[in-house]
Amino acid sequence: MIQQDRRVLPLMAVCGAFVFVLSALKIPSVTGSCSHPTGTGLSASFFGPWVTAVLGTIVLLFQAILLAHGGLTTLGANVFSMAIAGPFVAWLVFVALRRYAHAGLGIAVFVTAAVANLVTYSITSLQLALAFPADGSVFAAFVAFAAIFAVTQIPLAVIEGIICGLVAKYIVRVKPDILKKLGIIEDAEIAKIQEEAA
Amino acid sequence: MNRATTEIILGIAVIVIFVIGTLFLIPSGGEDGEGWGGADGGAADLIDSTGYVPWFNPIWEPPSGEIESLFFCVQTAIGAVIVGYFFGYWRGAKGRKEE
Repeated sequence: MIQQDRRVLPLMAVCGAFVFVLSALKIPSVTGSCSHPTGTGLSASFFGPWVTAVLGTIVLLFQAILLAHGGLTTLGANVFSMAIAGPFVAWLVFVALRRYAHAGLGIAVFVTAAVANLVTYSITSLQLALAFPADGSVFAAFVAFAAIFAVTQIPLAVIEGIICGLVAKYIVRVKPDILKKLGIIEDAEIAKIQEEAA
Repeated sequence: MNRATTEIILGIAVIVIFVIGTLFLIPSGGEDGEGWGGADGGAADLIDSTGYVPWFNPIWEPPSGEIESLFFCVQTAIGAVIVGYFFGYWRGAKGRKEE
């Protein structure tokens, strides 16, 4: 895809930069603890899971090496949850919403980003439960880890969804050509979204 | 005010109200008195309680919380610069086309 058309590169850079920004923001949540969004929803919507896997890995490497966040030995597990599983499920949701439910771009990206976030943390809980079963029970451990992550994560998933949805519509207003080339959006919807800003 | 602007203002308002609201509603932040710790730290505590000892230490750790927040800021800054650069570039290019 990149060899076919280098003009999609700027959009890819923006999506990657979004993962950088959002995954560094620690946002307080209703449980009284903080957690951070993943930011992978935007690139999962536009480029699908494979490109997102590469972008996510870059961010995780940065955090593992410079911040001792995550770490090199757990990089594989983190890449799987944040850069592969989350975006993959989210991308399926995006395609389903667009193709079968004919959802508007803003709404579709909103749901996609929220799903990417929640799936990432569910997978993380599952991985931790497999590594550290409570009293020999993986399920009990999963519930314990999910209680820490999932509840904190739900409001953050909504916030991430709002941001990504708005940004997606903004991109349609200023630079719809790339999205059209990627087959994300048709002329009719571009015109509709651009009219909203008139 | 057009619909796009309304949408953006509403979106930002929801986020701001949510973040400030939670900070005020739960002033102490959490039940263990620690207050606004990371959820990943909570998971780490749960792991520690199983008696697990990490078998590998990070090659390099930020010497203090300040340095750690420095790198988080650097990460955000890199991302924000790239996003801002291209958004500005596209917006400018679009304006030229319309002239």
